Amino acid sequence: MMNRIEVENLNVYFGDSHILKDINTEISKNTVTALIGPSGCGKSTFIRTINRMNDLIPSFSRTGNVYLDGEDVYDPKMDVVDLRKKVGMVFQKPNPFPKSIYENVAYGLKIHGITDDDAISARVEESLRSAALWDEVEDKLDNSAMGLSGGQQQRLCIARTIANNPEVILMDEPCSALDPISTTKVEDLIHKLKKDYTILIVTHNMQQATRVSKYTSFFLNGEIIESNLTDKLFVDPKDSKTEDYITGRFG
Amino acid sequence: MRGLKSQKIISPKTSQKIMNAIFIISGIITILILVLILGYILIMGLPVVNLEFIFANPIDSGASGGIFQMIVSSIYVTLIAGIVATPLGVGAAVYLVEYAGEGKITKLTRFGAETLASIPSIVYGLFGLAFFVVAIGLGWSLLSGGLVLAIMALPTIFQVSEVTISSIPSSYREGSYGLGATKWQTIYRVVLPAAIPGIVTGVILGMTRVISEAAAVMFAVGSSLSMPLSIFDPGRPLPLHLYILATEGISLENAYGTAAVLVIIVLVLTFVSNYLVDKYQRKIMGR
Repeated sequence: MMNRIEVENLNVYFGDSHILKDINTEISKNTVTALIGPSGCGKSTFIRTINRMNDLIPSFSRTGNVYLDGEDVYDPKMDVVDLRKKVGMVFQKPNPFPKSIYENVAYGLKIHGITDDDAISARVEESLRSAALWDEVEDKLDNSAMGLSGGQQQRLCIARTIANNPEVILMDEPCSALDPISTTKVEDLIHKLKKDYTILIVTHNMQQATRVSKYTSFFLNGEIIESNLTDKLFVDPKDSKTEDYITGRFG
Repeated sequence: MRGLKSQKIISPKTSQKIMNAIFIISGIITILILVLILGYILIMGLPVVNLEFIFANPIDSGASGGIFQMIVSSIYVTLIAGIVATPLGVGAAVYLVEYAGEGKITKLTRFGAETLASIPSIVYGLFGLAFFVVAIGLGWSLLSGGLVLAIMALPTIFQVSEVTISSIPSSYREGSYGLGATKWQTIYRVVLPAAIPGIVTGVILGMTRVISEAAAVMFAVGSSLSMPLSIFDPGRPLPLHLYILATEGISLENAYGTAAVLVIIVLVLTFVSNYLVDKYQRKIMGR
């Protein structure tokens, strides 16, 4: 099976704090991988190394390598703009721009130099449909995205990411700010999207991990303690720390 | 708590009532002062204000006739101030928030803006005379006056813009970077549009401050009574006219009339900009 992402001996530091320790992992194409673990264990930092969002933090430094389709993400020749187009990201708190629904989805296309209005509006519709939002917003595309409910906003953020036609979608606790019904909708959407995209999802909700993912990695204090098929990891954890965490003994 | 007795002389209920009263009274007094000043100026000034007063040339140094030149002069100097100070102030704010971050340059610039804001306007006037009129050689002109006012408006525009831009949630920026936007695209397409209401408010604050300035322009615009044909001509903005009418005893009646026109212009500017800002805000925030 082809690996979309490979991580080799990745160590991440913020100033003097050693956040991620010797991470080695592989993510195969068009799968959903859940990253679980207690708060502050480095899950979010990990996914942010893949699209180099950590670069925005001045104290960030790293050793080791991250490969996307065999290409070194941290190669000096790597175009970060291009990388982030290929590796989209959905954040913990829905963060639509204070613009119209249409403009939110068109944003990625416009910044990447697409000016053909027909092409843009076709892609906007397609992306909103893929994000299972079209039916709810088709007659109010010009309204501000800020007027949508939290769940709709999060699906809009997913649509905005899809519009860039990425290969990988990183989701940083995408449902933690949503109510159960919105959460179900986003989870259904993840099921639908995994055909076409490689998805990494950080979650604190272990039921969610079992519902949406094929693989799960358990993070603790900056290390990956255990990675396995989700079904196996939750039923038969190999490491006692994993077992303690998933049975709710800490975290 | 049993056995413990409150030793407070005033009960919490009473102190709450006293404080409520104090807050309400300070609110009322503030509004009263505004209403009083506005009311007084409008009552004293409006009787002379009519279409002729607004659109006619001054006669006998303004003892009779109108104030059309002065309105034109005021529009010129205020526009020059706005056109020069807005890009500078907004640009400096963008630089500090988006590029420099918290550091020495930022602190120094903030300190500079605070200092600029606290310089008396007559000092700006003297500087304008020495620098724009004489040293640069722009002479007594609307341009010299407008440039002095630009420096005066700068700190207000900068300070309000800086506060506004730094209050734009970083989640907007993250979302933009996450889609592959560059820093400039993020600033230009996300941060600035979201900050527009605050920036416009700052610009209008700065412009309404300088449109009311007599002392700052009196040594720079030349106080000519004839109609300025370009920004290189001298002129006489409304506050300066008002000052000369009153201090030289030309016509107190017309001084009040001029004041009334000035106040109305400031009110209209404020209301219109507030209305537009509100409308824009509702549009982008969906409320």
